[in-house]
Amino acid sequence: MTGYFLQAFIYLIAAVIAVPIAKRLGLGSVLGYLIAGVIIGPVLGLVGDETTTIQHFAEFGVVMMLFLVGLELEPKSLWAMKTKLIGLGGLQLLLTTVLIMGGALLMAQPFTISLSIGLIFALSSTAIVLQTFQEKGLQQTEGGKSAFSVLLFQDIAVIPMLALIPLLAIPELAANAQQGGTEHHDNYNLVSGLPAWLYGLVIIASVAAVTVGGHYLSRPLFKFVAASGLREIFTATALMLVIGIAALMGLVGLSPALGAFLAGVVLANSEFRHELEANIEPFKGLLLGLFFITVGAGINVDVLTNNALLIIGITLAVMMIKAMVLYVIALVFALRESNKWLLTLSLAQAGEFGFVLLSFSSQNHVLTQNIIAILSLVVALSMFLTPGLFIIFDKIILPAFEKQSNDEESDTINDSGSVIIAGIGRFGQIINRLLLANNFKTVVLDVRSAQIDSMRKIGTHAYFGDASKPDMLHTAGIEDASLMVVAINDRETTIEMVKYIKHTYPHIRILARAFDRGHGYRVRQAGAHFVVSETYHSALEMGAEALRSMGLHPFQVERQKSAYKHIENKQDDTLYEAWADDASGERFDNNYLALFIQLESLIQDALNRDLHEHHSRMRGWTPPPKGYADKLSENEPKS
Amino acid sequence: MDSKQLPAQSILVLYAHPSPSRSEINVPLFRDAKAQRHVSVIDLYAEYPDFNIDIDKEQQRLLAHDVIVFLFPLYWYSTPSLLKEWQDLVLEYGFAYGDNGTALKGKRFVCALSAGGREEAYQTDGYNHFSLKQLLQPLEQMANVTGMLYLGPFAIFGSRTAREEHRINLHRQKWRRLLQKLADNTLNIVEATHCENLADCPCITGDIL
Repeated sequence: MTGYFLQAFIYLIAAVIAVPIAKRLGLGSVLGYLIAGVIIGPVLGLVGDETTTIQHFAEFGVVMMLFLVGLELEPKSLWAMKTKLIGLGGLQLLLTTVLIMGGALLMAQPFTISLSIGLIFALSSTAIVLQTFQEKGLQQTEGGKSAFSVLLFQDIAVIPMLALIPLLAIPELAANAQQGGTEHHDNYNLVSGLPAWLYGLVIIASVAAVTVGGHYLSRPLFKFVAASGLREIFTATALMLVIGIAALMGLVGLSPALGAFLAGVVLANSEFRHELEANIEPFKGLLLGLFFITVGAGINVDVLTNNALLIIGITLAVMMIKAMVLYVIALVFALRESNKWLLTLSLAQAGEFGFVLLSFSSQNHVLTQNIIAILSLVVALSMFLTPGLFIIFDKIILPAFEKQSNDEESDTINDSGSVIIAGIGRFGQIINRLLLANNFKTVVLDVRSAQIDSMRKIGTHAYFGDASKPDMLHTAGIEDASLMVVAINDRETTIEMVKYIKHTYPHIRILARAFDRGHGYRVRQAGAHFVVSETYHSALEMGAEALRSMGLHPFQVERQKSAYKHIENKQDDTLYEAWADDASGERFDNNYLALFIQLESLIQDALNRDLHEHHSRMRGWTPPPKGYADKLSENEPKS
Repeated sequence: MDSKQLPAQSILVLYAHPSPSRSEINVPLFRDAKAQRHVSVIDLYAEYPDFNIDIDKEQQRLLAHDVIVFLFPLYWYSTPSLLKEWQDLVLEYGFAYGDNGTALKGKRFVCALSAGGREEAYQTDGYNHFSLKQLLQPLEQMANVTGMLYLGPFAIFGSRTAREEHRINLHRQKWRRLLQKLADNTLNIVEATHCENLADCPCITGDIL
């Protein structure tokens, strides 16, 4: 047991130290993990052979990643970007694969090996690129969107690749492995003895089970679990789902990644999507991190030193080919100015899926260990060079185009971010309706799954999830949101949530619902930009109706109401200051109370004041004094 | 050239457009005014969307400026309703007229407006039977009673087709020129008080055309 702890500790401490440093240096977390692996593996020799075993376990992170990719792919939005996806992504993948395969063939590699190499290098690093885009705020640029389409297409293309690679197996390699007798992953195969037609049936049945089951059975299950209100059980359910699918796929001899991806797509429309993401995301992150560490730890230093020139040469050649293909595609799709270069430079590296395919090729005896060792180094090296490419973009490309674009009149409307509404009860619903009616995107979160259910029935994008959890806010897209509306039915959680958002995402404007004056001040102190007591305006309306019922003229009632609001607004700041000054935390100290009484009398005064009196909010439309007309004509200049 | 040595005049542009999202002329003029020195621009519909005009604040603004400009699209031969509301509320007895009502005395007043109809329509024998200057007489008399010097108006006709006819830049140029001259105090006052339309007056167009 202690041995495991020690091992886990070594991996964790390497990650904890290396990843933040790498990120600070602008290298991104993937490189951080790789470096951590290199340090504990080849450099310090703290870990050894067990890395391969751990790597098989860590590959489950890839399954989770594909599940999450699937979750992101709402069929509708996928359809909307079909041209870009297939055009840009398909062209990039096809051209790059063919060119690199050609290169490998020229270096006298057999066809199957060349094809696998082409496929491996055609992929770019989703993890590095998307993270860098996010850090530099490039997602919304034309180049950023195009790069995203290409990455998405690649992520999807991985699945058929995983199916294709076993077909490329080299018979001798496979035979050697059989003789060695180390059959590690076929112990639980239900279908090994079945005839082909039955096997086909079993596969169709299990895919159908994932699709239909995902669609019809998951919702009652999630609802049942959500109703219990236990967070960890929801997490357990999410894990159970992904692991269960992976197991099922393994049993029938299909790729677990494919199954997980399918399940993700099926659940993409579900109201539980964001909550699922929030729950799986940390596991995926850690497992993928572990996977990269094992890749780093597995790097063979001897191979590197013996083939340094070859590796550097291949890396540069691969990056040149990839950049060239991307540049041509950017021209074909008429990307303008800096966007063209962003696409070209950002995707010129090989990516983490390259590692996955490499380790998969190794298991399936497609490539020899020697080639795999060299290719791994090429993939890693190209990823190491990516931050350098972004530096070129920042320092050389952007300044060159900035001058040009500044000359044009800037009259375009910025793509405004979405609005996140936490709590879709009687309060949040009205806000949501107003925003939707004005074509603003909203993401609605609520912890009551029945509430979400009825909102979805009327066509709102509502998701089950606890908006007070940072993970949940993250998956709801708070980084790109421009507004947060807190309308939840819990005093303390409201305050906690406002505090957290204000602290973590200072650029977001926060509107919060308060229960009463005291709660409102606490929410305001927590950092909300706009606070309104839930009963204030409705009570004011009711008061106005009361006045009208008693026979007051409706327009005078309006003016009374506006005078009330004006004084309340003006005094509110003073009252708040008094409340906030009170360091002891007792809300109703003397000063505050005195001010509160003063507010009452001010309102009383203002509303009682004679309409004709000067310096009152109630003045206006005041007729001139009687007999003023005679005076006017007296003063008329005689011209 | 010695006119340049006159002290700079501060200008208050009260802009009233109830539907700016559909505006093609007023919004560009509004932005141009904001970019000009010595000009304060108030978007009345943005500041008082509920028509609760703050009388004290508006009176202070008037006191702080030498030239008052109404910028608006013509609605039924008059200002949009909020600008009328503004007059009703802010130009109080005892402030703008009547006993001691001399706060605006000596200031200059300009109406800058866009009209959908063509210039030919705004003639005695045209569709609208009156010239624009005649139709704006209530505003002219408001200026007279409050002791302000009435200039202009600055009118843009055929505003619904200005964009299609590529006239917007010309209108903007004249508008900026007007504001500039008002600020420098270099406007030919005699011409400006007597002309039918400042936009065609030699006092503005002289240096452009």
